[in-house]
Amino acid sequence: MSKLHQMIERNSLVMVLMITIVASIGGIIEIAPLFTIENTIEKVEGMRPYTPLELAGRDIYVREGCYACHSQMIRTLKTDVDRYGHYSLAAESMYDHPFQWGSKRTGPDLARVGLKYSDDWHVAHMKEPRRFVEGSIMPGYAFLADNDLDLDRAPLSLKALRMAGDPYTDKMIAEAKQDILRQADPELEGEDDLEERYGEKVQIRDFDGQPKRVTEMDAIVAYLQMLGTLIDPKQVSDKIRAEEAAKSKALKGESQ
Amino acid sequence: MRISSGKIEGYILILMTLPLMVLGGALAFYGKEGALVFHGGLIALVTSYAIISIFRKMSEPAQNIPLEYNDGVIRAAVIMTGIWGFIGFFVGSVIAWQLAFPDLNIDLPWTNFARVRPVHTTSVIFGFGANALIATSFYIVQRTSRARLAGRFTPWMVLWGWNLFVILGVSGYPFGITQGREYAEPEWYADLIALFVWVAYLWVFLATLSRRAERHIYVANWYFLAFLIAFAMLHTFNNLAIPISLEYAKSYSLFSGVKDAMTQWWYGHNAVGFFLTASFVGMLYYFLPKAAGRPIYSYRLGIIGFWGLVFLYMWVGSHHLHYTALPDWVQVLGMSMSVILLIPSWAVVFNGFFTLNGAWHKLRVDPALRFMALAVCFYAISTLEGVFMAMKPVNALSHYTDWTIGHVHAGALGWVAFITFGSMYKLVPWVWHREGTYSKRLEAWHFWLALSGVLIYVGAMWNSGITQSLMWQTYNPDGQFAFAFIDTVDAMHPYYIARAFGGTLYLIGFCLGAYNLWLTIHPRTPIQMPDQQELKPLPTVNLNKATVKSPMSVKATETPTGPAE
Ligand code: HEC
Ligand code: HEM
Ligand code: HEM
Repeated sequence: MSKLHQMIERNSLVMVLMITIVASIGGIIEIAPLFTIENTIEKVEGMRPYTPLELAGRDIYVREGCYACHSQMIRTLKTDVDRYGHYSLAAESMYDHPFQWGSKRTGPDLARVGLKYSDDWHVAHMKEPRRFVEGSIMPGYAFLADNDLDLDRAPLSLKALRMAGDPYTDKMIAEAKQDILRQADPELEGEDDLEERYGEKVQIRDFDGQPKRVTEMDAIVAYLQMLGTLIDPKQVSDKIRAEEAAKSKALKGESQ
Repeated sequence: MRISSGKIEGYILILMTLPLMVLGGALAFYGKEGALVFHGGLIALVTSYAIISIFRKMSEPAQNIPLEYNDGVIRAAVIMTGIWGFIGFFVGSVIAWQLAFPDLNIDLPWTNFARVRPVHTTSVIFGFGANALIATSFYIVQRTSRARLAGRFTPWMVLWGWNLFVILGVSGYPFGITQGREYAEPEWYADLIALFVWVAYLWVFLATLSRRAERHIYVANWYFLAFLIAFAMLHTFNNLAIPISLEYAKSYSLFSGVKDAMTQWWYGHNAVGFFLTASFVGMLYYFLPKAAGRPIYSYRLGIIGFWGLVFLYMWVGSHHLHYTALPDWVQVLGMSMSVILLIPSWAVVFNGFFTLNGAWHKLRVDPALRFMALAVCFYAISTLEGVFMAMKPVNALSHYTDWTIGHVHAGALGWVAFITFGSMYKLVPWVWHREGTYSKRLEAWHFWLALSGVLIYVGAMWNSGITQSLMWQTYNPDGQFAFAFIDTVDAMHPYYIARAFGGTLYLIGFCLGAYNLWLTIHPRTPIQMPDQQELKPLPTVNLNKATVKSPMSVKATETPTGPAE
């Protein structure tokens, strides 16, 4: 061994080559299959890309770094499921660039927080967490209600996400700004258009209690309220399990 | 053909810097967000300054390369280590107090915990850690190769370029510029700069090695090489993203969901593995034997430890994703490899301890060596702990809790920072040509404050982590949860105060250390013993392949220059 190694340690280029090879193996074996094996993410009914308003909310979630305190990944453990609901499926984060599963639960998991509280509760809680929840250590985000949402970003964002593989259509991109207004202002025409593009479950209303304006608070509450509401995870995982059972039965049948 | 020193190097650097300058200008011009305009302007300014000064230096009459080690850049890196260390520890203490007393968030956009937290992680890892690594790796590669650092401008570009990257990161977060991925928060334009710098760093290192006067590459340099190569791969692949335009800093990760999670933690764990471990092991393999005055105990352990680490670390990222939507086989693979990872990790530990064997008496009189010895202890503890946490049943308990934070800081405060402190107490007198540090007593104070700080911090986090996890899992007889989430938050309060207190002690210790080193560099009384080196006229040799054979090099190579066989 040491003869061989002496050769390596006398030649820096050989060493560089060896390190590169040895260090690449792990990543290639673990990551490459995720991109090729089809069933990493099961196809699931109901999953759709974010609406421009929700996406803006998600961008704010990322910008504020909420992931430093909140996870969005309910593990398959019983205690997680009992507290937060059905465990998270891969499909549920398939449009998340980047993922926001988080690594620390200083606050509770948010993967299924959608529709758990009213909009008013969220707005008031975001502004002043300790008014409702005594002992909360969450920072206050009152400034979100003062900031008007920057609409110009929306089409750019959708375009970039399309390049990353999300199924946004030309129409969606062209209408992005208008779609934000449509979703946050129920008075505006065109709800049907919005639903046609993003499905029936799009929540259309004024979220932040300031009907005249579209603020960053509208966006973040719209995002929070849709988290975990798109699919029925139980139905989906039952279906996956049934399919798997059928498959393994079939395999057994073949081998006999 | 004879070229005057640094012409080719200078032109290549200018060619590589120009696009960055254009990019900076474009961001400053098109940017719609204040912070982005500032970033663009800063990039343009720094790069144009770099280009101008390279031009000016190149047009000076050709000079011979001085026959001495290039220590100027090391001294600058040491200073930057101190500055970032202060910022990082200070901000760490601030966020620790914020968690204990949330009113300290002041609820302004740029002061709240979640925007400030990455300022802490980036300052300590990429500010404090990386600058310490630049300083020590440049020192070690010169001494163990007995050759002057390659490049006239590149080492400086590496240092300032990297610090530009860290400044771009840290100054962006409070204004909401972030990619939202742990330890890879800086946006795409900063990432490009980091990549440029990294390639330059790798070049400096390899080019210096190639002029070495020793046949063997010393073991510390293996680790630095692995760190350089691995981080280049990780950084590039993990930061693939699509910017939305030049008007906004925002970009979207190229990957999504599960794939993004796996890529990120493949990166994240190896930021730990190569940034906070392999490279610091390199530091250990030079400074520990040097300080203890004994050769490395075992060459074989060195080899096993090295290749084991390089191979295994890349597999274990998935232990950050246990019980998630990541496919099961990847989780199990990550778990298994994590367990095996204990072997190379502890190979380093054994090598460290047995190297100290026979020098234990020095621990009593040399606080710097004490720092290093304790660093090895904490390395042993945190890797053992990590292996346990990587096992799925234990991770079910530890994940998402403060236990992770405790583990992180056992490694970060106890291992990374301790080995750095120990090495700095040796390095500063060497590169400033002083006999020793200003005060051993202050060193000892620093040691005890830091040690109490870590123990309080880590003890508090173990307690709070396990308490919280158990509270989350406690059911009443009727099948309902015994505690609402907020009850578990309340229960953390005393521990958060304790942690903040421990962190503050650590910070105070650090300030004493920095003061001590400052006085070492700028003594109050004029130095008694003038530095002999500077008195002699410097012998010079012919340009490029300057191999140093000055009195300094003899002094520097009293140490084991090759692993003991
Ligand atoms: C310092 C850590 C911290 C940060 C940062 C933080 N939170 Fe919280 N959050 C908490 C804690 C603790 C709770 C539980 C107590 C409470 O409800 O206030 C909580 C509760 C919540 C809840 C209620 C969840 C439930 O199921 O009851 C929501 C929604 C929420 N946070 C959203 C956010 C958003 C959005 C952000 C980012 C803009 C954010 N939080 C940032 C700590 C944090
Ligand atoms: C004075 C010393 C320090 C204090 C008071 C401190 C405090 C903190 C606090 C309060 C957090 C946030 C924890 C949470 O979210 O619950 C944190 C996170 C972190 N710190 Fe420190 N820190 C210190 C030094 C260091 C050093 C020296 C390093 C690395 C070299 C480091 C690396 C980290 C990392 C990587 C995280 C993120 C952990 C995670 O996400 O799991 N810290 N620190
Ligand atoms: C054999 C060695 C090690 C193993 C197997 C290991 C394993 C682990 C595991 C299982 C986690 C928890 C993941 C989770 O539940 O989220 C973790 C987190 C972490 N470890 Fe280690 N660890 C090791 C050594 C180290 C060392 C030496 C450091 C040095 C500082 C370190 C720094 C970290 C950090 C920063 C995190 C937090 C990541 C995050 O969630 O943000 N680890 N490690």
